[in-house]
Amino acid sequence: MILRSGRGRCGCSSGFRDISCQATRSSVRMFSVLKERVGEILLPGDEFCCGPQDTLPLTDSGKSERLVAGPGLRRSGDRLLVSRSGVLRHKEPNKFWIESQQRRYVPAKGETVIGVVTAKSSDVFKVDIGGSEAASLSYLAFEGATKRNRPNVQVGDLLLAQLVVANKDMEPELVCIDGSGRANGMGVFGTGGLLIKVSLGLVRRLLAPRSDLRADLEQLFPCELVVGMNGRVWVRAGAVQQTLVLANLLQSCDAMTAPQRQQLFRRLQQGAF
Amino acid sequence: MKDTPLSNCERDFILKAIEEKKRLDGRQTYDYRKIKITFGTDYGCCFVDLGQTRVMAQVSCELVVPKESRPNEGIMFFNLELSPMASPAFEQGRQSELSVKLNRQLERCLRNSKCIDTESLCVVSGEKVWQIRVDVHTLNNDGNLMDAASVAAIGALCHFRRPDVSIQGEEVTVYSPEERDPIPLSIYHMPISVSFAFFQQGTFLLVDPCEREERVMDGLLMIAMNKHREICSIQSSGGIMLLKEQVMRCSKIASVKVSEITELINKALLNDKTARKAGGRCGFAESIPQERITALKTDQTAVEMTDVGETASSIVQTAEAPPQTVPSPSVPVPGVGQVGEVLRNSWGLEEEEEEEEEDGGEGSGGDSVEELTKMDVEQHQEVKSRTVDVVEILDSDEEEEEVVILYPETTKKPKNTASSSGQKGAGTSRKQKKK
Repeated sequence: MILRSGRGRCGCSSGFRDISCQATRSSVRMFSVLKERVGEILLPGDEFCCGPQDTLPLTDSGKSERLVAGPGLRRSGDRLLVSRSGVLRHKEPNKFWIESQQRRYVPAKGETVIGVVTAKSSDVFKVDIGGSEAASLSYLAFEGATKRNRPNVQVGDLLLAQLVVANKDMEPELVCIDGSGRANGMGVFGTGGLLIKVSLGLVRRLLAPRSDLRADLEQLFPCELVVGMNGRVWVRAGAVQQTLVLANLLQSCDAMTAPQRQQLFRRLQQGAF
Repeated sequence: MKDTPLSNCERDFILKAIEEKKRLDGRQTYDYRKIKITFGTDYGCCFVDLGQTRVMAQVSCELVVPKESRPNEGIMFFNLELSPMASPAFEQGRQSELSVKLNRQLERCLRNSKCIDTESLCVVSGEKVWQIRVDVHTLNNDGNLMDAASVAAIGALCHFRRPDVSIQGEEVTVYSPEERDPIPLSIYHMPISVSFAFFQQGTFLLVDPCEREERVMDGLLMIAMNKHREICSIQSSGGIMLLKEQVMRCSKIASVKVSEITELINKALLNDKTARKAGGRCGFAESIPQERITALKTDQTAVEMTDVGETASSIVQTAEAPPQTVPSPSVPVPGVGQVGEVLRNSWGLEEEEEEEEEDGGEGSGGDSVEELTKMDVEQHQEVKSRTVDVVEILDSDEEEEEVVILYPETTKKPKNTASSSGQKGAGTSRKQKKK
């Protein structure tokens, strides 16, 4: 199985956007408070605050720890606010984030997304990435593109690109090259496959380093997947029927637990498709 | 807001799949998606789910002056709304091309086919006729809105009951649902539309296209038929050239589909009728997987109760005192009972057969009136294990009788199990025996 996608800029596993990796120097208390609630369902509006009035247990050292707040957690003063509903997760040594199952995509810097070209103007493409606004992609942001050498992109093509500007005040901007000027898998793709829309949670599960879902998919049949962090997945397998099966599978295992999913895959392997 | 654009690769893939006779969701070329028809609590409200496409139709009526050219016929008015709820491509208020097209097709399918007897809607020729208005709202668009809308509209029309009217000389009396049972409309036949999508210049056809297939199709053929194999309307859009054999083949397929769908509608209507008769949970509540319905009040209805006083007081005396937290329904004066608690708002619906007519908060003053509805005699359930105030109205004639059972619960307010036609409850005493 060939898998193409990008990694977030900050170097941690996909799911952490640069802008939300805010390291906070907090007291040890906050850390332990968060640690206790790992695995619980939190709602927007929940907060973790610790001020200087909190007492420190005697056994803990007085050193403060850095705490990395991932997606869904936001820092406001000395409080940590939850901005998304979902389950609190923790990764050693100090990363916390909220895992949610939403389908609406909010563009964030550094993420690799699949976009559909909607318009071509003199020097910029307009690309729809599923956010509130269409993103712009300059002609020169392709590998080996110069003023004379225009990239071969038509309206309606699929692109894998990375967001370089994504905040609530400006229109998002994409590029198809990485920092050193190489394409690195990005650019136009997509003949012969099918594009489907899934939830963001499924996308993160597909891209996680040791993903059960990917392992199960590998057992089925050879296929090619391009995963965009905006909830779009492009699939292609040997035959049309297999591609359809794969697309329907991915859409249905969005809402399944791991055992249910494995049961489904097993039934598929035994039965004919 | 614009809808997400369809990429070239999706378009190519869907066309290639269709050439290999494969559809995106695994259906065969002539298969419909799963159709689910439910009815709401009011008469004339119908929800239709066609796969993910969801549509609601509501029928209402009003007395108006008839048209001058047709003084003894009633008026039918159709309106289909594309709500932004259905798709980001639909904008509120704007009459898009699709909306005009769907409205026109719905009108042709239902009005021009004369499926409703408009002369029976006349009250006073030249002065008063009934105007029947059908509003169809789209709730979710996953393709093939036309078929879903036609099924919803005809289902709602079959389900609807209009108030009874009597004329004495010059006087016209319109009876409210409590006084006399409302009457169903007289419907001759049920026209249902079936849509065929054509691809590759008419080479391939699909029945019931989903949204992505609709975006890729070349043209659409819509045939409205009834189960007696009469074609009510044919419409072809998209500018494709169709051969005579293709149209004949489509009409044969349509007749098969229409008879299946008509069966489904009739079954759903029958289920709804039995559920209402049994006083069971039917209507809106069934279609939402939820335990609570908030805030549906019914008006006070005057009810005839001749000997309720004696029966009630005898039962009250024999029953044990209810727990203190909940006041038992008191019968201060024969014929008037106070049900429910003031200012308590718990609408729990545990296991009773009730959905909407809980008037809980009507207890202020002594003016509240018990609402009685009727259940079948065969269904007398004396639940002796609980402290129950059973108020039974036994009519002398053999028609269906309904019983109101007031349960003062320990945790909740007393509930009355009213049949779902609670508003028309008392008026059903003279209901004709249903077969």
